[in-house]
Amino acid sequence: MKQAIALTVNGDVYEVLISPNQTLLEVLRDKLGLTGTKKGCDLGACGACSVLLDGEAYLSCLMLAVDAVGKEIVTIEGLSEGGDLHPIQKSFVELGGLQCGFCTPGIVMTAKAILDEEPQPTEESVKKKMAGNLCRCTGYKKVIESVMSASGRMGGKQ
Amino acid sequence: MEKQFSVVGKRLPMVDAAAKVNGSAQFTDDLTFPGMLHGKLLRSPHPHAKILNIDVSKALRLPGVKGVVTGAEIPDRQYGIVPKARDEYALAKGKVRYIGDEVAAVCAIDPEIAEEAVDLIEVDYEVLPAVFNVQDSIKEGAPVIHEGVANNTSFAIRKEFGDVEKAFAESALVSEDSFYSQPVNHAPMEPHAAVAQYDPVRGQVVLWSSTQIPFFLRRNLSATLMIPESKVRVIKPKVGGGFGQKIDMFAKDFCAAWFAMKLGRPVKFVYERDEVFIVTRQRHPMHLTVKTGMAKDGRILAQQFLSYADGGAYNSTAPTMMALSCFFLMVPYHVPNLLYEGYHVYTNKPVGGAMRGHGIPQARFAVERQLDLMADRLNLDPADVRTKNSIKAGEPHPGGFVINTCGFAESVQLAAEAIGWKEKRGKLPFGRGVGMGGASFPSGVTNMSHISSGAVVQVGQDGGVNVLTGAADIGQGAETVIAQIVAEVLGVSLDDVRVTAADTGTTPLDPGTFGSGVTVRAGNAARIAAESVRKKLFECVADELEANPDDLVARDGVIFVTGSPEINITFPKALKAYQYKDLPMPLVGRASWMADTNEPTTLFTQPGNFSPNYSFMTQAAEVEVDTQTGKVKVLKMVTAHDCGRPINPMLVEGQLEGSIAGGMGQALYEDVITEKGQVMNPSFLDYGFPTTMEVPEMESIDIETDDPVGPFGAKEAGEGTQLSPAPAIVNAIYDAIGVNFNELPVTPEKILKALEEKKKQGV
Ligand code: FES
Ligand code: FES
Repeated sequence: MKQAIALTVNGDVYEVLISPNQTLLEVLRDKLGLTGTKKGCDLGACGACSVLLDGEAYLSCLMLAVDAVGKEIVTIEGLSEGGDLHPIQKSFVELGGLQCGFCTPGIVMTAKAILDEEPQPTEESVKKKMAGNLCRCTGYKKVIESVMSASGRMGGKQ
Repeated sequence: MEKQFSVVGKRLPMVDAAAKVNGSAQFTDDLTFPGMLHGKLLRSPHPHAKILNIDVSKALRLPGVKGVVTGAEIPDRQYGIVPKARDEYALAKGKVRYIGDEVAAVCAIDPEIAEEAVDLIEVDYEVLPAVFNVQDSIKEGAPVIHEGVANNTSFAIRKEFGDVEKAFAESALVSEDSFYSQPVNHAPMEPHAAVAQYDPVRGQVVLWSSTQIPFFLRRNLSATLMIPESKVRVIKPKVGGGFGQKIDMFAKDFCAAWFAMKLGRPVKFVYERDEVFIVTRQRHPMHLTVKTGMAKDGRILAQQFLSYADGGAYNSTAPTMMALSCFFLMVPYHVPNLLYEGYHVYTNKPVGGAMRGHGIPQARFAVERQLDLMADRLNLDPADVRTKNSIKAGEPHPGGFVINTCGFAESVQLAAEAIGWKEKRGKLPFGRGVGMGGASFPSGVTNMSHISSGAVVQVGQDGGVNVLTGAADIGQGAETVIAQIVAEVLGVSLDDVRVTAADTGTTPLDPGTFGSGVTVRAGNAARIAAESVRKKLFECVADELEANPDDLVARDGVIFVTGSPEINITFPKALKAYQYKDLPMPLVGRASWMADTNEPTTLFTQPGNFSPNYSFMTQAAEVEVDTQTGKVKVLKMVTAHDCGRPINPMLVEGQLEGSIAGGMGQALYEDVITEKGQVMNPSFLDYGFPTTMEVPEMESIDIETDDPVGPFGAKEAGEGTQLSPAPAIVNAIYDAIGVNFNELPVTPEKILKALEEKKKQGV
């Protein structure tokens, strides 16, 4: 049986009709058209589907949409305010922290969670916390550099 | 010093970087159309079987199912990337040849229903005996995988240059060693996808696909659907990595188009991650025996190769792969006498295809490993042996290659210095070591025809530039590089240039992303098209500037007289002048480019220049082996790299950093494990390619050469650097623990076993 739920995504409330077994990833992509969040494996093993729930990074392919009710969900589309890019996004652009860009939304959202929790992380700490986000293109060097530079750019603040 | 270029050579962000960081970049699976249907494929559970009967009635009765198709209904047209080697049907006809082979396709109103319907299809198989390795497959009396292919050997190549036997007789040391490279999956982060739409009035199919070669896909679709190429339009949205795996057409492409045509509605197919692992492509597992004759001073006098590639169930790029594997043994070292014998053998396993390096990594691993073994036997420094054997620009080449620029010897020296070779090699404590590997790669293929690119450059009234190119950006930054080239030629900024790319309906012919040819081939086409625009502008403003058009320069938004920058006109004013002279707008330039080539253009029958130019690189690794766990940590990897003049050094670095991670995966972790044809590890968790935690410190050293053929002196980057990390790491493991590993990957189990053996032997 389908059920109606309300999800708060990027500050807006959406009412959607879903099946109870639908993942948050499916609902974001297929019901809300928020296709910035990617499906790399659907098994919780790549991080491409990372979104923020009440500020923490979650794998949306592992989470049922019903379990996200009542939480503040932020997706890649909601990271920047207005027409400008978020400082984290700017760092990735300028330092070449992306190539094909498929892993990028998940990586940027994870970076946001990392920097919110630890505004001035060490490289080691970023590496550890980013280990669940796979990227087959970059070899991660410029990904880590982008996160470190974003930390500097944000003045070590959230 | 006057700066030479304004846009070329700059570390500029990709032109589509913003879209990629804010989630607006659209990949194939991000596209939806009104009324869109979803497809799924039924796959063979048997490695080898005859299809006796397929009953689709139950599937068809499931509410929401719109169509089912089996191999029996589709045209009897085989496809494949190499015309001579076509052996594949989009859906199996009569027989399946590996676990995962496509048997039928379903189309339904949503993916879940399609999936359910797939399970309702009933197939009667007659299971046939199967073969799972090369040795069994080539035996007399082995099961025949493709009718008419003797010994299951679908392609054989034998090439001889010089006189190998004579040279062996004159050698101070002749060594014969055997090597094995394992199957590796490309594992691009974006799973393969396709969406098709059909116009029943004009009879035209449009296919959006995660493809590296839209024009080859158009050709294969046209052939298999039996409709003219002009009725097929292939559009490449953003592609989330390919590494060679998205070169071929797949069942999802054909079936999306088929259903769209039959049902008159848009149809989407997206592969699951396990399908990417099992039913797309993988790097060919290869067994190689190498016999090398060396002079006392380490000069290579002759090499003889015997190679067997395990191709799995179909050919894909087999002939090209084998040819590359052979010909690229003649760079970066001077091999005066060479004999190569290679065989591509079918087995009932997943299919081999092009993967970053394409047949060369396997051969390079063998050669680079053996060089170290032989240097040891002759008591020579492996770095010296590499420098000594380096080919040189301008020298006659045994295979007919034309090498205009070559930074290889320098790359050996610089990589050695940067890793601390002299201080470290043989001198580090047990468990730690350094090693190196060298390589060279073509910037696209010259000698096999069909390989040319077109470009159209159009300047609008406000000075905005649009470039039409068929080059397929799959994440490497092809569009950015092409935009930089055009911006430099016209003297405008990168922001003024927009690239429209990879749509067979609107952009000019291009062989796509394959063989590392995009920068040189499509870049040259774009350069010449832009130059023709610039020429028209120069001719128009020459009078006004009282100068000869040949003396004008376009740079930083201004056209000026060489040597007298004060005599100038801005780009927008020049455009105005052009319009006021009643010259036709828009200003358009077009070009097609192909490298000089020998006729007839085929490698298989005669030697000749393989590529417009060749990149060269040496990679040096420092590793630490944990003797308790057998784990290898790569501490550092240095790459010294001659890619001509890099158009965008940041993108070049990105390429080589990515290839280091890929090479590490091949050296230490990755392996597509099959048991009786069944892939046992088709997930990211079980397969395990490098994460942030494994990658080493990376240093890149750029050896700039100004290549005469490449646009602004550029050569390929990013594919060659995939060749040498694996041998560099395995050579470093030898330096660390004194064990020679000739089979990949070097897992902790293998290391512990070897250390145990060593202990037993008391060494
Ligand atoms: S799609 Fe969620 S972790 Fe891979
Ligand atoms: S940029 Fe392609 S997977 Fe990360």
